[in-house]
Amino acid sequence: MIRFDDSAREKMLEHAKLDFPDECCGFLYGTEDAEGARQVLETAVVNNAKTGDKRRRFEIGPKDYMQAERYAAEKDFLLLGIYHSHPDHPAVPSEHDRVAAQPYFSYIIISVMQGSIDHVRSWRLNDEARFEEEKTETTHFHQSI
Amino acid sequence: MATVIIPTPLRKFTNQTAKLQVAATTVEEVIHSITLDFPDLKKHLLDDQGKVRSFVNIFAGDDDIRDLQQEKTVVGESTVLSIVPAIAGGTSF
Repeated sequence: MIRFDDSAREKMLEHAKLDFPDECCGFLYGTEDAEGARQVLETAVVNNAKTGDKRRRFEIGPKDYMQAERYAAEKDFLLLGIYHSHPDHPAVPSEHDRVAAQPYFSYIIISVMQGSIDHVRSWRLNDEARFEEEKTETTHFHQSI
Repeated sequence: MATVIIPTPLRKFTNQTAKLQVAATTVEEVIHSITLDFPDLKKHLLDDQGKVRSFVNIFAGDDDIRDLQQEKTVVGESTVLSIVPAIAGGTSF
């Protein structure tokens, strides 16, 4: 289960709409309780460093990643994962997403259809390196805002 | 003793330790040492040929070791090595 602070979620969704039709990306910071339930308290916008077709790809530069780890340590947060958008595509991980994915991280995918938020879903790698959907508090934009 | 910063996603393989102190003189020795101590790290850091995986970056301070002497990069007492996962994806290949 992953829950979002309202303002953190809103900031992430605004970013996805603003960058449409390109893919956006960012970090998720927050906490995890003893049962593994995650709470996202902050989201951070990150530059999509991908050179070339940003409509189908995203990349986070290593120095942005190092800064994110430092920020999490300073704020006593956990770096819980990454969000990115799929412009005019479903909120389902691609093979490219899977190959590059890290264990532990929650991968939020925001489907943006024709400039509007459609679905927001979270995915995590299991021990067989396959994505499994992680329950979110709400999964449909129109029910959550 | 070089310091190695373990990224959050790999800490489950280092007993949640974020920083490791390693006695070594090169990056290669550092990787060898930490994968001996924490064997589950190995498949996340190295490919089948024993080379650092393409989705893993290693920085000595602010410098990517690919811009230095790669795995032969010398480390000293004050070296801070950061293991940095490459973060990428998208709708398709």
